Amino acid sequence: MPDGSFSHPQQRQFNPYSDNGGTILAIAGADFTVIAGDTRQSEGYSIQTRYAPKVFRLTDRAVLAVNGFAADGNMFVKKVKQRLEWYRHAHAKDMPLRAIARLIQTMLYAQRFFPYYVYNILGGIEEDGSGAVYSFDPVGSYEREACRAAGAAQSLVQPFLDNQIYFKNQAAAPNQSHPAHLPLPDVLSIVIDSFTSATERHIEVGDGLEIYVVLAKGRSAQGLEGARGIQELSTKSDGDRVFVIRRELKKD
Amino acid sequence: MDHFPTNWGRPRNDAYDAYNTYPLHQRPSNAPTHDKFADAVQRTQQPIVTGTSVLAIMYKDGIMMAADNLASYGSLARFKSIQRLHAVGSNTVLGASGDMSDFQHIQSLLDALVTEEFTHQDANTLGPAEIHEYLARVMYARRSKMNPLWNALLVGGFKDGKRFLAYVDLLGVTYTAPSLATGYGAHIAIPLLRQAVDGRQDTLTEEEARKLLHDCMRVLFYRDARSLDKYQVATVTDAGVDISDTIKIDTTWDFAEGIRGYGAQTQ
Amino acid sequence: MFRNTYDSDNTVFSPQGRLHQVEYALEAVKQGSAAVGLRSKTHSVLLALKRSSGELASYQQKMYRIDDHVGIAIAGLTSDARVLSNFMRQQAMSSRMVFNRPIPVNRLVSTVADKAQVNTQEYGRRPYGVGFLVIGQDKSGPHLYEFSPSGNSYEYYAMSIGARSQSAKTYLEKHYESFADCNLEELIKHGLHALRETLQQDKELTINNTSIGIIGPAGVHEKDVPPEGPFRLLEGETIDVYLKSMVPKRSEEPSRPATTAPAEAAAAPPPAAPAAGDEDVQMAE
Repeated sequence: MPDGSFSHPQQRQFNPYSDNGGTILAIAGADFTVIAGDTRQSEGYSIQTRYAPKVFRLTDRAVLAVNGFAADGNMFVKKVKQRLEWYRHAHAKDMPLRAIARLIQTMLYAQRFFPYYVYNILGGIEEDGSGAVYSFDPVGSYEREACRAAGAAQSLVQPFLDNQIYFKNQAAAPNQSHPAHLPLPDVLSIVIDSFTSATERHIEVGDGLEIYVVLAKGRSAQGLEGARGIQELSTKSDGDRVFVIRRELKKD
Repeated sequence: MDHFPTNWGRPRNDAYDAYNTYPLHQRPSNAPTHDKFADAVQRTQQPIVTGTSVLAIMYKDGIMMAADNLASYGSLARFKSIQRLHAVGSNTVLGASGDMSDFQHIQSLLDALVTEEFTHQDANTLGPAEIHEYLARVMYARRSKMNPLWNALLVGGFKDGKRFLAYVDLLGVTYTAPSLATGYGAHIAIPLLRQAVDGRQDTLTEEEARKLLHDCMRVLFYRDARSLDKYQVATVTDAGVDISDTIKIDTTWDFAEGIRGYGAQTQ
Repeated sequence: MFRNTYDSDNTVFSPQGRLHQVEYALEAVKQGSAAVGLRSKTHSVLLALKRSSGELASYQQKMYRIDDHVGIAIAGLTSDARVLSNFMRQQAMSSRMVFNRPIPVNRLVSTVADKAQVNTQEYGRRPYGVGFLVIGQDKSGPHLYEFSPSGNSYEYYAMSIGARSQSAKTYLEKHYESFADCNLEELIKHGLHALRETLQQDKELTINNTSIGIIGPAGVHEKDVPPEGPFRLLEGETIDVYLKSMVPKRSEEPSRPATTAPAEAAAAPPPAAPAAGDEDVQMAE
């Protein structure tokens, strides 16, 4: 053998991970947050299913998007949900967003040496009523941001968001500054454009799109009235509210 | 190790505490700190006796699943009349590809589970969704111990007027769709199945479904070197689970007559 | 100071075939403040009387949510109840984790009863000093169960446990045939009337000392209840509307209780001169 591979015993090892494609993204507004993900699940060149949700409502003010190895992702979401249920049992209220973020970091780091192979993005409303996005790496490093894309098409979408949300490489009009937060209709357009573009250029993105919108308590649903295929998921009418908008993406 | 139980717990060491001066629970032991055989524990690192694709679709009255009767030993067609479809309770059918001994282990797990459920003697039974969730937990738990059950499984069923069809594999990956296939079938049969089924689940008749699966099994037999021309079909409907007798695939090889390297031709 | 030779160890039968420790555990349930449960075709409800250890103290929690489809009211030792409710929550979570299904209520109650039974049989243990009323719903509709520390569990149309619960039971026995067709508001009203029977003469149900647990579709006074009608615990201002719906007792003279509720008088004779006594104030541990 040219590489002398007989000199060492060969052992084929079971690989406990897989990559199931897809992309997720979240953008925080002043008093709302948008969290979205496509619904394609794939392995290699095979589409396993055209509808496997990657974005999950945790509470009326928190939504979690999970991308990477699907089995780890589903298990992780299930465990987070059960931890939140125990919190409800103990405190008779939902866990605040920043506490969920810290919980997720702890749960991810607990698996530091056999990680959940998933990228998490947590979006929602903080206790002060502001929109927030937390992004995590698979072993729990996290930070609060204004926007984040992750998954297969991260490299396509994040630069677009940097330009459109953070106004990178854009000069403000004379004597004007860039807005700190965009209004909801603008954010929705950016999200939809991100996914239609990613679908065009990335084979692992497509089929369906689920956009979760979390509105701060007291904020009107202004900017959502016209939305096609919208559904409310909130349990209370006078707190933070959660909506989901479902759209088709190209299936080729 | 011998067959004297007194020697098992504390191998004799006269050089140290020969007269058992310590109380029983804190006696020193010079037994090996770990099982010397632990390194030799066998785990499924690769499947041995394997089944190939399983196909399943939703149709008007429920779900239909098909798998051939072959268990291969590598490229050897080793067992030619094994059944790879297994009824679980009265609303669910399980189809297995991958390692057949792991599949038999899963069958015994599920049979025990169904029996346990039955002993409660109440109105609750495990439906296909519950069976699938349970299998997903088992498969994921085993992969997390780096000791997987080497299978790709389809779970189909019909309960309370609802169809259910889902996939779970050795990694614990799960998904659901109107048409599913494991293994080679995921490449060869899925395009045919999706074209015929997706969006038409509510109108597709049993006859059409049967023909569709039959045609797919024929294509697979022509193209999958690890397949057989004998297969079974399971249906789960309002009426319960039905697993058919073995069905023979009709094939023609006339086209091969004229091809060099096939048939009677020698040169 | 023993009352009986056979009462210090629950693994030993008395010559009469009784397990005195178990019976004392049942007494512990009777010391707890009362809880009442009722069931209609659409709803199960729990009503419980909360105690506080004094003017300056808060009221002891009497109800626990176990899962979306199960809730309990307790009578007896709160600390034991916390152990058992935690166990029930674990069972419920486990069912959702492994099978993705809500645990069947009858099985949950049987499981906790089996756990209690072990304590009546094994050496070196003591029975739990708490009883539960459990409400839950499944495919066959709403249910009401009683769990007791003897390891028994039964299903009921209506039931009461705890101090002076016999008075409530008398009320329930008189009216239970009408419960099946009650709407939620009527059912709660019946429950409050039953619970009121367990009170001492100078006491009444208030928004502070009453808890209401509901399973079933939203009532006319409720908002933001999901369509599945999960368990919800009502306390404080929200129950005022139900308390106001009660029919005032016919006679309010505290000196002649016998005329207001003859059945109660027969079943539970008034306690002999409560010395500086307020039974609703919990005794020291």
